[in-house]
This record gives sequence, structure tokens and C-alpha cells, in this order.
Amino acid sequence: MIPELGHFALILALCLASLQAVFPMVGAHSGNTLWMQLCRPLSAGVWVFMLLAFGCLAYSFLHDDFSVAYVARNSNTLLPVYYKFAAVWGAHEGSLLLWVLILATWGYAVSILSRDLPLDILARVMSVMALITVGFLIFMLGTSNPFERMLLNTPAEGADLNPLLQDFGLTVHPPMLYMGYVGFSVAFSFAIAALLTGRLDAAWARWTRPWTNAAWAFLTVGIALGSWWAYYELGWGGWWFWDPVENVSFMPWLVGTALIHSLAVTEKRGVFKSWTVLLAIAAFSLSLLGAFIVRSGVITSVHAFAVDPERGMVLLTLLLLIIGGSLFLYALRAPVVKGTATYGGYSRELFLLFNNIILVVSTATILLGTLFPLIHEAIYGEANKVSVGPPYFNTLFVPLMAVMAFFLGVSTFSRWKRTSLQHLWQNLGKLLTASVVLGIVIPLLVTAHFNPSAMLAMALALWIALGVVADIWQKTANKASRVDGLRSLSLSYYGMQLAHLGVAVLILGVCLTSHYSIEEDRRLAPNESLTIGDYEFVFKGVEERRGPNYIADSATIDVLKDGEFYLTMHPEKRRYLARGDVQTEADIQVGFFRDLFTALGDPRGEGAWVVRIHVKPFVFWIWLGAFLMAAGGITAILDRRYRTKRVRDEAAVPAVGLKTALE
Amino acid sequence: MSNRSKLFIPAAFFLVMLGLLFYGLGRDPSHVPSALVNRPLPEFSKPALFDENQNISSDQLRDGIFIVNVWATWCPPCHVEHPYLLEISKREKDVNFVGVNYKDDVKAAREFLEQRGNPFKFNLVDLDGRLGIDLGVAGAPETFIVDATGTIRYRHVGVIDNKVWAETFEPILAQIR
Repeated sequence: MIPELGHFALILALCLASLQAVFPMVGAHSGNTLWMQLCRPLSAGVWVFMLLAFGCLAYSFLHDDFSVAYVARNSNTLLPVYYKFAAVWGAHEGSLLLWVLILATWGYAVSILSRDLPLDILARVMSVMALITVGFLIFMLGTSNPFERMLLNTPAEGADLNPLLQDFGLTVHPPMLYMGYVGFSVAFSFAIAALLTGRLDAAWARWTRPWTNAAWAFLTVGIALGSWWAYYELGWGGWWFWDPVENVSFMPWLVGTALIHSLAVTEKRGVFKSWTVLLAIAAFSLSLLGAFIVRSGVITSVHAFAVDPERGMVLLTLLLLIIGGSLFLYALRAPVVKGTATYGGYSRELFLLFNNIILVVSTATILLGTLFPLIHEAIYGEANKVSVGPPYFNTLFVPLMAVMAFFLGVSTFSRWKRTSLQHLWQNLGKLLTASVVLGIVIPLLVTAHFNPSAMLAMALALWIALGVVADIWQKTANKASRVDGLRSLSLSYYGMQLAHLGVAVLILGVCLTSHYSIEEDRRLAPNESLTIGDYEFVFKGVEERRGPNYIADSATIDVLKDGEFYLTMHPEKRRYLARGDVQTEADIQVGFFRDLFTALGDPRGEGAWVVRIHVKPFVFWIWLGAFLMAAGGITAILDRRYRTKRVRDEAAVPAVGLKTALE
Repeated sequence: MSNRSKLFIPAAFFLVMLGLLFYGLGRDPSHVPSALVNRPLPEFSKPALFDENQNISSDQLRDGIFIVNVWATWCPPCHVEHPYLLEISKREKDVNFVGVNYKDDVKAAREFLEQRGNPFKFNLVDLDGRLGIDLGVAGAPETFIVDATGTIRYRHVGVIDNKVWAETFEPILAQIR
């Protein structure tokens, strides 16, 4: 009964979303206020029914209802309750349900939080979002219904959730990631509304910015969680593999980052308008492309969902309609939203444009690398396979990011409209010298090795971090006291600096981990030990341990620091009972300056095992940096100016100006 | 090109990509190159098929060229492939064949080789499929060419027969010899 209720709720949500896609849009064109106002209650309705459907599926999981095919494939009575709930989005159908629920949630949030938005804009935005919802609900009900029953041959026991997914990081990772992916649908819908009406002004940018920031912050956290999961759950000690599935989450992030900055320019200076619209379309389009690549099996990956060409076909059609339609609309209407303001050389606009281009080029690089195996095959035939690995991505991506990090520092100090080179040099000369000198000296003092790429990264990180500090110092210089100065700065300014600091922290983490990690795979007999730096790892042996739904070979490794007992670590190899899958469970002691990583390899007889022991300096900073970036994005949203009534008053003026420009 | 028509570039670019993805959908997804090609053979140590107390490790696969064949008795194509492997291994004296018995019943695997002949110089057991994961194996049979430096040079998915050997394996072997 409950699964049928959920199925019915999905159908009702589809009906309401269809109404929402049509009436507010038609109302906005014909000036029918009643039809436009329908968007609010309708989006609330869609959200309620999606929530109900999600609740029904969760209920079926928690009650081990294996007559539901999806539950039977992804759960098990032995599965801990927490993972039963998380298993709702553990595979294709349920994660799609979560995707649409989150889409409905964003829609509902826009409808209640955008009270200041002119009704006709809101109506168009909501209609576009509903149109996307309709597309995905049809896809879900037609090809991927999570409530499908197996009433005739109901299995007594479920097949269990994929053990790789039985992990906290990975249960939180998809919701965060989807919040980000789907969150870009808001900026997308605003962009479509702007193209339809021809109204794209400072007010438009101000409405769009907080939504974009929010989506971007969620995506940042989502990607960071995924990378953290790969780090300790895959048991390889790596944290980024340039896997297709990682790439498709990274591309919308890069374009989203470009969008955030382009929106800032559009709001402050009224330029880059058509570029901003294109980025807004691109960010969401890349999110959709990601959904397609992960769910169609067109490119294989460790993370991909089960392969199904029929689903892929339907998704491809959705992509054609949504992305193709919006890009076509862009081509027809972009001249209408063109900016008229100008900017001079060395202006902040120019530097931001420059970094925008770097971000887009990086995205294109990753897109090419991800699709290259497919391109190669299309040209040379199926017999000719190539694989594109980390060398390609690192060779191209790392230098691009280095250039970007450099200009990030410059653009913070540049001014809108025009900056004199002299002004820039006055501010940046000392910073540049300090970061280069410290960047060379610090690694040399600590490691006594000359490592140019580590030094470059260190210098770039310092360049950004010192720039942040110097900028805040300058901005507070003319106030009565430094505290007053700090108070006078806006939250959006702090958000920006926090995020930029996050970039510096991330660069340091990535670089120091890559260059200074020590990784040993060694056969160790009981009581044999291995010394890495200050740490001595004593292998005590392996014991069998019983978990709720698995049996584990659990190793005991005593770690001594400078000869003194430091801690005991227990890396495991788990065999999950339902599927018989074996899973490596690394034990990691997280530290601010270094992680101790241990994982268990294969037994080698007589109690000896292959043990993987890594000492990874500053690896924590990778996730710290990502977290700072996300926190920066959220801080900027909290700025008062996004909530004041001022928004409406200003909106009227540029709209008139643009109208005259159109005529 | 006029400014107006430049605006169609994103849409055109997208349509080309869509065409590519459409092509990708119609393709057999099992034929994918291994990410491990041109990378070192993963470290492993696995029990020998005919002597559980003895382990065979990746260190032993160093001197010379190795053909690592992932097989199982439950896999019908492996039965098809087996006589070819026997014949080829007798002919190609300078190539060492390694059999990875993948997620199989060990007793059945022993009987299979004892009755039908053993083309392999080394036989190891990958009961839990861990080595299979490390190798990126999608199923059985799969075959890897490993050169004298311990680097994987080629991954073949599916049955090896005389034709496949002559057309695909020999050119690669000629290169690395």
C-alpha cells in the first residue's frame, strides 16, 4: 500500500508541475496576475508530493519491504538502520527521486524567499523550473520507477547495499552534490527568464547571486565529501583520480565559480551580461550532462550506476530539449541583454574576465579529456581504444590553476573601471617579493630539498593568503580603529576573502601532499615494524572480528612516535555477508599537519600481511580549503544587501534604461 | 562571421557533443580500455592454485614478458579459449603465461587444468576478486600483456583465438620483445 501511495504521489507531483510549467508562463506573457500567482501554491504542492514520495520509499526501506524491487536490490535485514535510510539514494532510481525532490525544494524555496521579485519574473522562473521537474518526473515514472513491485516472487532477503556505499561520507555526499547540481537550475531559470523578458540589470544579478552562491557552496561540500570518501574508503590513499564521475561534478563547479564572479561584475558594472547568461546556462547544462554520463553508462567508471541504454536515450532527449532549447534561445535573444558600459585596461573587470576565461578553458580541457575516449573511438573505430589518465589532466590543469592563482591575487587589488599599473605595483610589489622569498625558503628549511614545483605552489598559496590579509589591512586603515574597520566591512566582502583563503589552503594541501607524502606497501610479519619519519609502525597481527553485516580481518598496528607509544590503528578487510564483496577499510589518524594512513593488503602466510602505510602531510588542508570556500559562499549570502527592500526601488530604474536601449 | 551567428556557436558545439554521446550509447560498453595500460602491474600476493601454502607475488613476475589471463571454470568463453591458450603457450616459448583463477571454486579449477592441460607457468587464486578489482577486470576472460619492466601494455577483453593472437597480440609482443 505504501509504495503505491508513493507512486501516486509522484504522478500527482507530475500533474502539478505540468500546471506550474504552463500557467504562470502564459500568465506572465498575457499579463494575467491570477495565473502568475498560481506558481507559489503549485510549487508548494509539487514539493509536498515529492516529499511524500520520498517518505514512502524511505518507509519501504526501513520496513524491509522486499516486494519493492528497488528495496530488494539495495537493502538487507542486517543492514544498520542508518544505512537503510541512506540506501534510499544508493542506486539509480532512488537517487533520481532525491534529485527531483531537491529540485522541487529549490523551487519551493525560490517561491517563498523571493518576495521582492517582480511577479512576472518569478512566474517565469518557476515555470522554467517546473518544466525541468516535468522532464525528470516523466523520465523517472517511465524508465526508473523506484516503487516497482515484485509481488509474485518476493525475495525473503535483500541483496544488500553496495558495501562501498556503506559509509558516512558517501551517504551525505549525494544529497550535497545534488543540492549543488540542482541548485544551478535556479540561476539557469533566472537566465532563461532574463532572455525571455530582455530584462537583465543590476537587480537581476542581485537576485541571482545568493542562489548561485548557495548552489556552489553545496557543490563544493559535495565534491569535497566525495574526495574524502575516495581517500579513506577506496583504500588507495589517493583523494582525486580524474575519474569521469569526478570530472563531471568538477565541471559545473568550475563554471559555477566563473558564474559567481561574472555575476559580481554584471551587478556592479553592468557588463558581461550575455556572458553571465551563457555561464548560468552552462553550469546547469554541465550538471545535467553529469547526470547523463553517470546514469547512461556511456563512459565507464568505478562510481557509475548500472548501464541501461534505454534510460540513456530518454536522458539524451531531455538534454536535447533543455540544453539545446536554452542555447538556441540564447542565440536568438542574447543581443537583447547586451551590456553597454565600458571598462579600461588593468581594471578589475579585465582581470575577472581573464580568470573567467581560465576557468572555462579548464572546464573545456576536462570535458575533452572525459569525452576523448569516445571521440577517439568515433573516429578510429571501436578497435582503437585510448584511455586518458591523470597525466593528461595534471599537465594541463595544474599550470592553468597556477596562472589563475596568480591573477586571483592581482584582481583583489585592482579597481573597477581602471587601475593604474603604478597603483597595482605599489600594492603588489612587496607581496610578490615576500611570497616568492618565503615560498622558496620555507620548503628549503623544512625539507632541505630543492623542489621547484612545491616552491611555486607554496609561493602562490602565500601570494593569495598574504593578499587577503593585506587587503583587509588596507581597507581598515582609514577607520577610527582597526575593530571599527573590521566592523565596517560587509559580509559579502568577508565571504569573498574567506573563499580566497580557502583556495590558498587547498593549493597548499594538494601540493604538499603530492610532493611530500611517504607511501610504503610492505610485507610485515607479526611484531615486525616499519619506520617512516618520526613514526614507527609495529604490526601486531590480524584477528577476525564480526560486524553487523560483515566479517572483518582486523589488524592491530601500534604506532610509536619518537620511540614513545602514540596510538593503535586497526585497518580492516571486510567481507560483506550478503554479496560476498570484500572491502578494504583504511584506518586513518587525521591530524592538522599530517595524516597517518594504514590499509590492509593481502595475507602472505604465517600471519604476515601486505600492509599499506602512508604518512601524508597537510592532506587535511585539502578538505579544510574546500570547507573554507563553501563557508565563504554561505557568508556572502548572509550579507544584508540581499534582503533589504532597496532591491525593488533600484530595479525600476535600470529596467527603464534598458527599455530605451532596446528601442 | 557576423556577431549574430557567433551566438549560435554554443548551440552548435552542444549538438556535436550530443551526437557524440548518441554514438556512445549505441556502443558496446564492455569494450573499454583499462586505466592500467602503460602503468605498472598492481602489487599482489596470491596463493598458488596447486599449493595453498605457497604464495605467488607480483615480484615473481619480473624477468621476461608475461601474459596474465583472468579465467574461471564458471565462464563458458574461458572453456572456448582454453585449447587456444594451450596451443599458443606451447608455441611461444619466450612468453610466460600466468593464470589468475578468478572468483572460482578452487577444486573445480584444479581438476579443469589437470584434465585439460595447463597452459600456465604460474597459477594463482583470486578468490575474493581483489586482484580483479586492482586490474579493473569487468569479467572473465580478460588478458593482459605485461612487459619485462612490469608494465601493463595491453588489455584484451574476451576470448583469445588464433586470429586474435595473430592480429592483436603478436604486433604488441613484437614491439616489446
